[in-house]
Amino acid sequence: MSAETEIKAAPHGDYVGAKVGMWLFLVTEVLLFGGMFLLYSVFRSKYPQDFHEAAKELSVALGAANTVILLTSSLTMALSIGYLRSGKKKPSVLFQTATILLGFAFLVNKYFEWGAKIQHGLYPDSPELLALPKGEILFYGLYYVMTGLHGLHVIVGMIILSVLLVFTSKDIVNGHSFIKLENGGLYWHLVDLIWIYLFPLFYLIT
Amino acid sequence: MSAGYQAPKSFLDNHGKSSGAAAWILSTDHKRIGILYLCSMLTFFSVAVVIGLLMRIELIAAGKTIMEAKTYNAFFTVHGMIMIFLFIIPGIPAAFGNFIMPIQIGAKDVAFPRLNLLSWWLYISGGLIAVLSLFTGGGAPDTGWTFYAPYSIRTGTNVSLAVFAAFVLGFSSILTGLNFVTTIHRMRAPGMTWFRMPLFPWSLYATGWVQIVATPVLAITLLLLIFERSFGVGFFDPAKGGDPILFEHLFWIYSHPAVYIMILPAMGVISEIVPVFARKGIFGYKAIVLSSLSIAGVGYLVWGHHMFTSGMSDTSRWIFSLLTFIVAVPSGVKVFNWVSSLYKGSIDVRPPFLYVMAFIFLFSIGGLTGLINGALSTNIHIHGTYFIVGHFHYVMFGGTGIAFFGALHFWFPKMFGRMYSEKIARVAVALLFIGLNTLYFPMLVLGWQGMPRRYYDYLPQFQPLNVISTIGSWIVAAALIIMFTNLIRSLFKGEKAAGNPWDGTTLEWTVSSPPPHENFEEGPVITHGPYQRT
Repeated sequence: MSAETEIKAAPHGDYVGAKVGMWLFLVTEVLLFGGMFLLYSVFRSKYPQDFHEAAKELSVALGAANTVILLTSSLTMALSIGYLRSGKKKPSVLFQTATILLGFAFLVNKYFEWGAKIQHGLYPDSPELLALPKGEILFYGLYYVMTGLHGLHVIVGMIILSVLLVFTSKDIVNGHSFIKLENGGLYWHLVDLIWIYLFPLFYLIT
Repeated sequence: MSAGYQAPKSFLDNHGKSSGAAAWILSTDHKRIGILYLCSMLTFFSVAVVIGLLMRIELIAAGKTIMEAKTYNAFFTVHGMIMIFLFIIPGIPAAFGNFIMPIQIGAKDVAFPRLNLLSWWLYISGGLIAVLSLFTGGGAPDTGWTFYAPYSIRTGTNVSLAVFAAFVLGFSSILTGLNFVTTIHRMRAPGMTWFRMPLFPWSLYATGWVQIVATPVLAITLLLLIFERSFGVGFFDPAKGGDPILFEHLFWIYSHPAVYIMILPAMGVISEIVPVFARKGIFGYKAIVLSSLSIAGVGYLVWGHHMFTSGMSDTSRWIFSLLTFIVAVPSGVKVFNWVSSLYKGSIDVRPPFLYVMAFIFLFSIGGLTGLINGALSTNIHIHGTYFIVGHFHYVMFGGTGIAFFGALHFWFPKMFGRMYSEKIARVAVALLFIGLNTLYFPMLVLGWQGMPRRYYDYLPQFQPLNVISTIGSWIVAAALIIMFTNLIRSLFKGEKAAGNPWDGTTLEWTVSSPPPHENFEEGPVITHGPYQRT
């Protein structure tokens, strides 16, 4: 059997194939959030004034802090991949840990932000919220659902990165076989990217 | 090859590391996963058929016949849910796509074998959650498979769990689509250019994209419905500023493309069977390829035709109507190409080919009645009537269902290495054809006369046609019983099938029946088109 007639390399060895699969998965994630962005645009155009009023209530400082945290985590993620590709395991492990911790910091921040809102009685179906104009009810509905689902993705991302951390320390993921870490990184960047859209839509444009 | 050559063990004999049931439910072999899907789908299908039969008995006379009105509501919901999410959508791709497609493109397996197994596990979990939803909480959902708000938010039945089941099944569908698209991009044998690829993988490729691009929208819609029920967010509740019509939009943005997830692979099957039994190449290969791709593309833009009476601007209504007419063109292209392929062929009328003939006839009725639905003025007359029920059953059962059974009869020898009785198979397909027309044609007439769908009761003048329709359902049931008895009997007692029993030209017919573990002893090199006869 000559080299040309051989069936293509075993599937798990196909670097490009693994990337194609991951990017296709990211397409589905974008469309999942796409459904909610669609609702956001419909409701925003229906109740521009209410959205304007409601957005004033959100803390730009907390939102900005979380944006900085997530952007930094994307940087540490990219650095960890870079180090692993050049065979430096230790700094890669370090930066992966940093990424997970930054994800955790994001969630702590979110916890306090949501906690304060809930303390003020602003949560779906609460009597305080239902007393507000309709557009504000929807604004907070979108706020909780979209940032909540995003937060869920942060948690999933942290779980994926934790598994990858174990893989890296056990040398299953290493300088020669790093596609799993790259794909994990792509997922993390997507989570970051979605926040980049959520931040202005909820906190900045009032 | 040396004199002591021994044929490799078939995948059925190669257990891998595990044995018994574990050799199946833990196997990452695409062929075993295909058969897992086939068995689980046919089980769910049988349940839904029984529910359908019971509904037809209920409708044999006006008023209460055998069940309460509430039970009837639950029955049509569960029948739709099982048939759509557990049979027709995974249907041909998950069973035959898994088994046949990698062999047809000359690959050892799919791109992500473990993900493939995960898809089946998600499928079976989704199926079990759906079953669980029938007996827990407030009882079986009674919303219809479309889960329209606001009723789906208010009903006390177990909608949340049923919807979660559909969410899990959607995830399974996405992963299958993603896997197939990657496989077709990356794993084609040397020399198999895009336009030397058989038409079945082409149809799965187009389907895979629809699965990837449309299903996430359903996923978020179903999640939002669960949030509405659990937290009262208000997106679909006018009292809180929301809009129930938005639910319909989001739902159909997925569920219309889903219609093409159902029918495209069926068309792919027909495009495989036609050239084999016409004993000549397919007419208009490229036109069929392009029509698959354009159906996948344009099909994404026509969802509004489900909502002509829901409240939409006239401009959007005529645009959706126009696009609906445009999407019918590529389907027509395919039908004409199949028929032209038969011209001057030396046709061998074997059971799979009979399924093709049945498909072309039934699908044409389904497709043409679709245009009556798609035209604005006639749609207003027949919206929400039995005409719609008749139309989509002609497409779904007469189209996809018939193609599914055609595929089963076409690839059965390949999958199990046994032949079935062709005589009995002919009886079954003839009965099925008669039964389907007796069952569904009266529905078209009833709908035209104004009988509403999803009603438990009807006016006395509708009875004669309802009786005919119910008799049709019995003929269909008899045909199915004959078909499955024949196939199951052949699993054990059938003659051993040769590698190429139908004289096919694509790669799956070059390997033994059933195929060996990694499909090919020696990787194939492709030098010509898929249907070229030497």
